[in-house]
Amino acid sequence: MKILVCIKQVPDMESKFKVNSESDWYDSGDLAWRMNEYDEYAVEQAVQLKEQEADADLTVLCVGPDRVKETMKKALAMGCDRGAHLQDDEFYKKEPMQIAAIIAEYARDKNFDVIFTGMQSQDRGSGQVGVLLAEMLEMPSITTVIDFVFEGGEIKVKRELEGGVRAKVKTSIPAVLTCQLGLNTPRYPTLPNIMKAKKKELVTTPASDYLNVESRQRTASMYFPEKKGGGLVLEGDIADLTDQLIKILKEKTGVLA
Amino acid sequence: MKIVLVAEYRDGKLLGSNNELIAFAEKMNAESAMFLVGSEADLPAYNGKLYLADSGECGEYNPSVHKDLLLKVVEKEQPDVVVFSHSSYGWDLAPRVAYAMKAAQVSEVVDVVDSTPVVPVCNAKLRRNVEVNTPKAVYTLQAGAFSLAAEPSGTPEVEKLSKDSEGKVIFEGYEEAEKGGIDLTKSEIIVSAGRGVGKPENIEMIAALAEALKGDYGASRPVVDAEWVEHNRQVGTTGQTVSPKLYVACGVSGAIQHLAGMKKSEFIVAINTDKDAPIGEVADVLVVADLKQFVPALTEKVKAL
Repeated sequence: MKILVCIKQVPDMESKFKVNSESDWYDSGDLAWRMNEYDEYAVEQAVQLKEQEADADLTVLCVGPDRVKETMKKALAMGCDRGAHLQDDEFYKKEPMQIAAIIAEYARDKNFDVIFTGMQSQDRGSGQVGVLLAEMLEMPSITTVIDFVFEGGEIKVKRELEGGVRAKVKTSIPAVLTCQLGLNTPRYPTLPNIMKAKKKELVTTPASDYLNVESRQRTASMYFPEKKGGGLVLEGDIADLTDQLIKILKEKTGVLA
Repeated sequence: MKIVLVAEYRDGKLLGSNNELIAFAEKMNAESAMFLVGSEADLPAYNGKLYLADSGECGEYNPSVHKDLLLKVVEKEQPDVVVFSHSSYGWDLAPRVAYAMKAAQVSEVVDVVDSTPVVPVCNAKLRRNVEVNTPKAVYTLQAGAFSLAAEPSGTPEVEKLSKDSEGKVIFEGYEEAEKGGIDLTKSEIIVSAGRGVGKPENIEMIAALAEALKGDYGASRPVVDAEWVEHNRQVGTTGQTVSPKLYVACGVSGAIQHLAGMKKSEFIVAINTDKDAPIGEVADVLVVADLKQFVPALTEKVKAL
């Protein structure tokens, strides 16, 4: 079985963001980078499937600048066999259709049986790439997967719907699955596995080798939303803060009466 | 401008979010038609043309069949924009349709300013205006971003569709959310733990504050996913939607999915070290402080009252 997991490197969402000089994305300086959270679940599920299937081979793919290799090494340390880095310094200017097209072109002749992606990225959040990739490869796709079983050649998943309801869905391979938070418990790479990962194949090729579609949309501008609501902001000494808050709760709510 | 609205139907019921699609069409001052895989016995209140396929025949979740049906409507109506809710149904179906239409898809639209769609970035910390360079576009709308002043009325003019394709994805039914335990929708006071609590041991101090306030404690999704708190205490889109008299969000950054589950609370207090966290947008009071110091101190003072 050939498995592909597609990941993205994103900034830590707790970062202090700045808009870049072109006002079309956030500034990439002074940010801590990590694996997109949804993709951690995708990698874990891909590794579990590889461990379940004899002779399985698992590739982790990432589009982005050279720094994404650090994030790919985490995926290799979690258990992926090899890495495909599709190098692109301006990947943030590519829209979802282009990112999907790059991955599809890479994957087209490689006969992957199962492809995992996160259901969305934490920064752009379009939620499109996994589904577009499947459409391009003419494979069925299922999004928002919160439970995954592969048995007897069949993929049985649960999709997470609003209100905590789940939809039971099945399909056959090949297929693309987009993973929701909580699908599994992503493992922490152990030190021996981190060491082993350093020796694994990690091949860099220019993403432009695979890009064959024009951009259909672009970011006209990026900015901070205007603060609305005008809630009261309290700062200062802890003892004062607790007194102030209790006073407000007494005045504005009936809960301390 | 002409819009096709993609309505939703689940487990034998029309979803309320359909009204947000109608609200969007009104705001755009656009002519619209609606597409629904649902039931003739339960028609949406809508003044316009409804293309209706039967969910018994087509399945409630069968993406490639729904795509093919919707593409027939697109072919006939030639809309400028096809609009979905940004929901488990919408974000699943929209890219399939956008790909077939060779259209740009703009996800989670929160506003449209001078015909430019606006979307959130990085957990709603930033926004971006999107320039669409295709003749037709596909939008998914953020839940709650567009709403009608009054309940819609009217009876649609129905045109039935039937399927002429089969999908490779087979829907086998629903599984209800875990029941039992606490029902936060009945709580008047909720103290909620977010990722900012840092570690599972700190849940105790959140529970202690809830107890001192004679309320219950809840949690945001990351805390539940980490199994620090059980799922039935989760507040947000995929958990419970609550509207207590007082909601105290401790270390909750304020992802849209969480905000959707608690923003109707009567009074909201947020405690966070990050002054710019999106939770500040809905909070009546934002206390900028370290939880580990502030929460126990507050608990002691509340107990002493």
